Amino acid sequence: MTMPLHQKVIFYLLLSISAILIFAPAIIAFLMSFMPSQDILTGKIIPTSLTLDNYVQVFDRSPLFNYLINSFVVSVVIMLGQLVLASLAAYAFVFLNFKGRDALFFIFIATMMVPFEASIIPNFQTIRDMGWIDSYTGLSIPFFAMAFGTFLLRQNFKQIPKELKEASEIAGIGDFRFYLTVVLPVAKTSLVTLGVYGFLTSWNMYLWPLLATTNDSVRTVQIGLRQLQSQEQLNEWGVIMAGAIIVVLPTLILLFLGQNKLQKGLAEGALK
Amino acid sequence: MNEMTIHRESLATVDFEKVKKRQRMGSFFKGILFLLPSIVLFSVFLFYPMVRTIYLSFFLTDNSGVPTVFVGLDNFTNIFSSPIFQQSLQSTILFVLYTVPGAILISLFLAVIANEKLRGIGIFRTMFSSTMGISVAAASVFWMFLFHPTMGWLNQLLQVVGLDGIGWLTDPKWALLSVSISTVWMNIGFTFLILLGGLQSIDSYLYESADIDGAGYFYKLRRITIPMLSPTLFFVVTVTLINAFQTFGQIDMLTRGGPQNETNLIVYSIYQEAFMNYQYGTASAQAIILFLIILVITIVQFKLGERKVHYQ
Repeated sequence: MTMPLHQKVIFYLLLSISAILIFAPAIIAFLMSFMPSQDILTGKIIPTSLTLDNYVQVFDRSPLFNYLINSFVVSVVIMLGQLVLASLAAYAFVFLNFKGRDALFFIFIATMMVPFEASIIPNFQTIRDMGWIDSYTGLSIPFFAMAFGTFLLRQNFKQIPKELKEASEIAGIGDFRFYLTVVLPVAKTSLVTLGVYGFLTSWNMYLWPLLATTNDSVRTVQIGLRQLQSQEQLNEWGVIMAGAIIVVLPTLILLFLGQNKLQKGLAEGALK
Repeated sequence: MNEMTIHRESLATVDFEKVKKRQRMGSFFKGILFLLPSIVLFSVFLFYPMVRTIYLSFFLTDNSGVPTVFVGLDNFTNIFSSPIFQQSLQSTILFVLYTVPGAILISLFLAVIANEKLRGIGIFRTMFSSTMGISVAAASVFWMFLFHPTMGWLNQLLQVVGLDGIGWLTDPKWALLSVSISTVWMNIGFTFLILLGGLQSIDSYLYESADIDGAGYFYKLRRITIPMLSPTLFFVVTVTLINAFQTFGQIDMLTRGGPQNETNLIVYSIYQEAFMNYQYGTASAQAIILFLIILVITIVQFKLGERKVHYQ
């Protein structure tokens, strides 16, 4: 189908205006992170000069580097934990036949109805009583079990032919080896999708790290940004923006690289 | 001889039954073993907290959250007679009404125009989905500047047009709307991406036959695109609705529940009550209300969705 020229022009116009509007807050922040503070204070929109000063300042004045490391460790640990637990559970739901499987599957569905926000009080107390406040353990372990990931992988595992499982049983290959050597490699794409999703959501987590950290030792970037914003005086917008840009850079890059896969994966998990 | 055979046969069936039983037990243990990590963590961090929250909501607690006095339903009657909690519920509902339709309508528009096969469309898709990669904290910092009373671009824009500046985050009349605007922006990326995925899965054959019949652009939009998109739309509505009720980050960053509790949404209210006022009992009662709201939404949408939504 070819589109008439005037219709094309209308579409490009709509697309461009929308793109500018949607992207404006991020672009403004990006520009500001390179602007000297006098420019920002005098309300200039186009910078008179560009500087990396804000970036140097933000690393100098706050333990941003530590926050980045913490966020990275926590996000990777959560991501790996989710992948292992979700793939093991999905394997049981697809390839193992046992009594009570359907009931357990229903329980897994039911967990999606419990909002984490509604159960933070006992969770906070659990972590506190275990002495896990200000630790990577306390920041990551509560998020390992994940119904959504289990569903996503279950959908994917179902596409693996049952004959393969039967053949491997005859060949004397046990379930765990079958899971490791056949199922996981076949489902690589879905695992990557889920991994990216897990990393993104963990990196951007806010409420739990706010509760589970009390000092800079394991504090994550999101809470670091909150600290920066509340501590800095209001005329240091360039520095704050530099911090914010550094915080969003890893997730934006990941999103741009994995956009297509993520879109397909999320839609699959959502609709099937 | 005959007896012998019979005896042997019954022995064989017994053995067979035994083996089958053992196999069944074995596969049960294996299944549980694979599920065990998830089951344990769900139990510790999801089921136990849920039960515990219900339990705590019937008690007064000391500062560390240890239940001290059983008060029955008093916590519930207290929160419902408290003007602050009523305000919080009202703000939450308003916030939901602003953000859910807002995000979905804008994202739907973006998804429809980004679904055309045009050169360079990939760049636009990437730009529209970009807010999904921006964390709540960073997005709040961006918007905090835009909302800034003197330096912020929004008030500068108003000045250019000759209007007075608005106290976006400080004026009780505007604060909730401002937080909603920034929230819509944050949600656009995700909703756009899912809706675009839904649009792309519509069979192009439908459009081709409509073209042959000479159908116009808007006719196709109304009669093909929207009906075929309904399962995706249904999913997106559910997710954004539930997300809206769980909003916390932008409140904490932008307004801390103020001015005059106008933006004190329910999760922020729970947070304040539990971790600033140390009233774990009433906070738990509020958490139960949040849980019930989300439960009802899920059930209602499930029932409605099954009936009304068109599935391929």
